[in-house]
Formats: sequence, structure tokens, C-alpha cells
Amino acid sequence: MTVAASHLLEVEDLHVEFGQGRDTASVLNGVGYHVDEGETLAVLGESGSGKSVTAQTVMGILDTPPGRITGGSVRFRGEELLGADPERRRMLRGESMAMIFQDALSALNPVYSVGFQIAEQFRFRRGMSRKDAMARAAEMLDLVRIPNAKQRVREYPHQFSGGMRQRAMIAMSLALDPELLIADEPTTALDVTVQAQIMELLDELRRERGMGLILITHDLGVVAEVADRIAVMYAGRIVEHTDAATLYAHPGHPYTRGLMDSVPRVDDVAGAALRPIPGLPPSLSAIPPGCPFHPRCAHAEDVCAAEVPLLRELGGDHQAACHFAERFVAEDPDRPTTHEVVSR
Amino acid sequence: MGRYTLRRLLQLIPVFLGSTFIVYALVWGLSDDPFAGKCGQRACSPAYIAVMTERYNLDDNIVVQYLKYLGALFTGDFGQTASGTEVADVIANAYPTTIKLAIVALVIEAVIGILAGIVSGLRGRGFVDSLVLVSTLFLISLPVFVTGLVLKQVLGVELGIIRTSVPNDPSIADLIVPGFVLGSLSMAYVARLTRTSLIENTRADYVRTAVAKGLSRRRVVGVHMLRNSLIAVVTFLGTDLGALMGGAIVTEGVFNIRGIGGLVFKGILQQDTATVVGIVVLLVIVYLIANLVVDLLYAVLDPRIRYD
Repeated sequence: MTVAASHLLEVEDLHVEFGQGRDTASVLNGVGYHVDEGETLAVLGESGSGKSVTAQTVMGILDTPPGRITGGSVRFRGEELLGADPERRRMLRGESMAMIFQDALSALNPVYSVGFQIAEQFRFRRGMSRKDAMARAAEMLDLVRIPNAKQRVREYPHQFSGGMRQRAMIAMSLALDPELLIADEPTTALDVTVQAQIMELLDELRRERGMGLILITHDLGVVAEVADRIAVMYAGRIVEHTDAATLYAHPGHPYTRGLMDSVPRVDDVAGAALRPIPGLPPSLSAIPPGCPFHPRCAHAEDVCAAEVPLLRELGGDHQAACHFAERFVAEDPDRPTTHEVVSR
Repeated sequence: MGRYTLRRLLQLIPVFLGSTFIVYALVWGLSDDPFAGKCGQRACSPAYIAVMTERYNLDDNIVVQYLKYLGALFTGDFGQTASGTEVADVIANAYPTTIKLAIVALVIEAVIGILAGIVSGLRGRGFVDSLVLVSTLFLISLPVFVTGLVLKQVLGVELGIIRTSVPNDPSIADLIVPGFVLGSLSMAYVARLTRTSLIENTRADYVRTAVAKGLSRRRVVGVHMLRNSLIAVVTFLGTDLGALMGGAIVTEGVFNIRGIGGLVFKGILQQDTATVVGIVVLLVIVYLIANLVVDLLYAVLDPRIRYD
């Protein structure tokens, strides 16, 4: 993974802490991933696994304090961003990398029109006049297929429906034609039919523009259709990373497996028990020694509590951070679910 | 928005009628004999009583009296004071001073209050923040007459920087210290309100979005954070302007300013009914208009509030 300057974005061994002294929470504990132009990397994990914090660190919009970047590296086209001049990082935002957020209603400023908020970037980053910028903003709304863009550009966020707001958010993020788009749970706040439309739109825009897309989500269903590669995060680490097909067929980490098993299936008998991963994610100020997942893992052995498993190559660009990853990968796809293992 | 404004204007009518009637009934109907004590030690002469009864329709029912008074009011006739001066003239003499004082006070509380609030809200914990918090707490705990008397004593008597008594028809400069005294309490509230809403908005999602768009910090703070933070502050200032326009009995008293507050106070003491009712009617109108302006301004500042 040391092919310098070849990746669009490369995050390496990123460490971020929140809080002071005894309450220090290690939110990121050596996260690393990379994205290339035109590809989609899905980052998958439960709430609090560090998906969003990683994205905010990449964008340079992490609140510090309370956050503290204690180590690692974020490179954009080979350029180191951590510790870079704040003005340089500001110029990269919007222009080279952009981000869309989960709840578009709160992410848009309620007191300015949608067009004003898109036009701002044209006015202050491209030096356009107010009028030209508004016209460009309307074109951007048109691009994300908002009907009547010319009228709607003057409307306020609260006058848009949920799906339209997220489209407006996407239009805003694409205004300066970024090379990398980070979508932080872009469909979580939307209903299912709208979710599909938004995902389709994002996927299409990525293809047309050759952007790198980082899709942060906890929804396996969303990931399955659009992701080229998937990185699974747990307690501030990447615990598994591979292409979507491999991940679904041969998950190498019991946590990944648990995630998949916990999704209710259509062929479940009505009334069948849900299959949640037992236990809760660890407190980030007291991450258990060894493998952070071992207290919840049905397959844990003594070594799991003693040694931190490193993310290692299993062959075919499939990495997992589990002492027994090879065993899980080799198992039959129709393996017993985690739940069944536990109840045995 | 047009229809909303119209509806609000129509709503003013019952409020105006109700409040002025209450004032009228309270002041005229308070005593059984409106002439008790009016003519010094002696009872009033029958001729005087006859003239006053005629002028103020005292033989009529209170509602009829009020309606007749109101009718005269709409032709610009505010009635006469006990000593025979036109109430309209008395108001015209005193009100410009009150308006001037109110505006000076409002500007002082808005400018200093908002600036102090922004600085302490943006800097976060530290010396400036503590300074603003402590000094505003100090102002809030001091009664206005204490602030007024202390400043008058120190700046006027000891240092001789200001005149201890404000002249008739004062200039803006004459009113700066009285305006500061009058606005000090609200200034402290404005500073704290600005600070709190700014801090609340610092972590708002849309501020993060603005940063993520690559806008400069100046624009993020000045445009995205400030507009949202100032909505509450502007509302407060508007309401306060209505109150300031009602005159300031204490401040006017301390600095010997001939404004509307002192006038109404004197009128009440002397049971000068026509003066009191005339002024209060005017103040009700001013206050209602100030409130209407605030509501409309609120809709302009925050598009989520749709009036239709």
C-alpha cells in the first residue's frame, strides 16, 4: 500500500482522540483506506465506529477541540493534508473534495434560499456576479433533476421535500466540480423509494464526472448495488476491506458476518427472531484489549483477548483484521448464522 | 405578507379600543368625585364644575364619555390639561426628547451589546468571555437609578465631563450618558443573548456545511452564523424600542430630562386626567406599532415564518 501519489485519496494509520485525561476517547485507532478516481468506496459500520470522524478529518472540518488528530496521514493526490496550511485546505474544499451530509434540512441554512447557498461558491470561489452565480445555481439544480429549477432556486430549504433537499445538497457539493465526493449517510433520513433515486443519482454523477466517491453508511442494502469496494469499520479501525462481491460471499471477519446476518431477510418466516449482533460497541474510552470485537464475538478464543489482530492480506485484495480470518473465508456461503453459533 | 400585515393592522383596532378604554375608565372613574382636591383646600366653584362637566361630558355614562373623547381624539383634539394648556402641545414639546433618548439608548445597547456578545461568543472561554459575563451580570444586578446617580455624580459632579442637568431640547451628545444608563440593562441582555445564540449556532450543521463548501471564515461567521443568531436579538431590540418610547421615569428624573415619562408621572400625581389619558393613548399606539414592526421584521429575517 505504499504506491505513492497514485491514489486520489489515501488515508493512512489515522488516529483521532476526543476529550482529556481519563475521559479520552480513542475514536480513530489507525484507520486507513484509499479511493481512486471514478470508483466508489463504501465505509460500513455501526454508529460511533468512526466513519464520519474519518470523513471530517479528510475534509478538514473536524471540530478541534474537542477532537485531536494524534497521528497518521491524509494524502490527496500525494499531497499531505494533515498539518497543511489552513488556507490551502480551504481551497481544496469544494474545489477538490466536497461532502454531503445525512440530514439535508439541518445541513442547509434555513434563512437563505437554496440558490443563494449554491451561488455562494460561484461568487466567492469563482468571482462570479450575483446574477450569473444564481443562473449557474439553477443549472446545478437542473443537473440533479429538480423540476422547475429556475423558480425553485429562489425557494428556501423548508419549502423543499426531503428528497429534493438532498438533491439540492448534492448540487451544492458538485458546484465546483470536485474530484472526490464524500457522502455521509446521504439516504438515511429519506424513505426507501427516495433513497433509491438518490443513490442512483449519485452513482450516475460519479460515472459522468469520474469522481471518487466515499459512501459512508450503515445500510448494507445501499452498499451492495453501488460500491466497488467496501471497508468495514469497528471501534475506530478498518476490520475488513475487499470488493463487494467477495465481502458478501466470503466475509473474513465475524463482525462483517454479524452485520450481514442482522439484516432481516425476505425469506425469513414471519415472526422469526431478529438476529442482532449480541452486546454493544465498546466505549471508546475503554476499548477492550486484544481484538476490540472479542467480547461480542461468538468465535472468540484466548488469543483474541490478548493480541490485537492486524489488518492482513488474505489474497485477492481482501484484508481482514481477525486471527481466524482464513477459516471464515473458507467456510461455505450457506454457513450457519452468528446467531445459530451462539445458541449452540 | 400583505394580507398578514393587513390582518395585523385590523387586530390593532380591538386592542387599541380595549386598552384605551381601560385606561380611560380607570383614570376618570377611579374616584366618585372627579373634583375632589382639584381646587386646593376649598371645594371647586360650581362654575368650574359646570365648565369641566360640560367639557368632559361627565354627566354621561362612562362608555358614552369615552366614545365622545375618542371622537374628539380622532379630530386631533387631545383635550386640555388641568391648567388649560392643550395636551397635544404638551406632548409635542416632550415627545421629541423621549424619542431622541430612546434612539440613543437603543443604538448604544444594540452596538455595544451585539459587539460584546459576538466577541465573547466567538472567542470561547477566556478573558474576554469572562469580562463580558461578569460586567453584564454587574449591570443586570444594578438598579437603573443607581447606575444613573453614580454616573451623574462621577462624570457630572466630580469630573465635570457632562452636565448634571440636561437642557431643554437636548442635543444627541447631551443624551449619551442618560441613554447609556437607560439602555444599560437591555445592553447586558443583548450581549448575553447574542453570545448564547452564537455559541448554539457554532455547532449547527449548516455552519459545518458552509465550512465544507470552502467559504472563508469571515463569510461563515458573518453571513451564516450571524444572521441566524441575530433573529432573537433583533426581536428583543424591537420590543425594547417600544418600551423605550414609553418614556423613562427614572432616567428622566435623574438627569432632569423633560420627556414623556416625567410628564405622565407628574400627571398621575396631580390627577391631571386629560394629560394622563392623552399620553397613555399615544403610548399604546406607539407600542402596538413597534410590536407590529417587530413581527414583520421577524418574517423578513426568518423565511420559515410565513405569514399568509
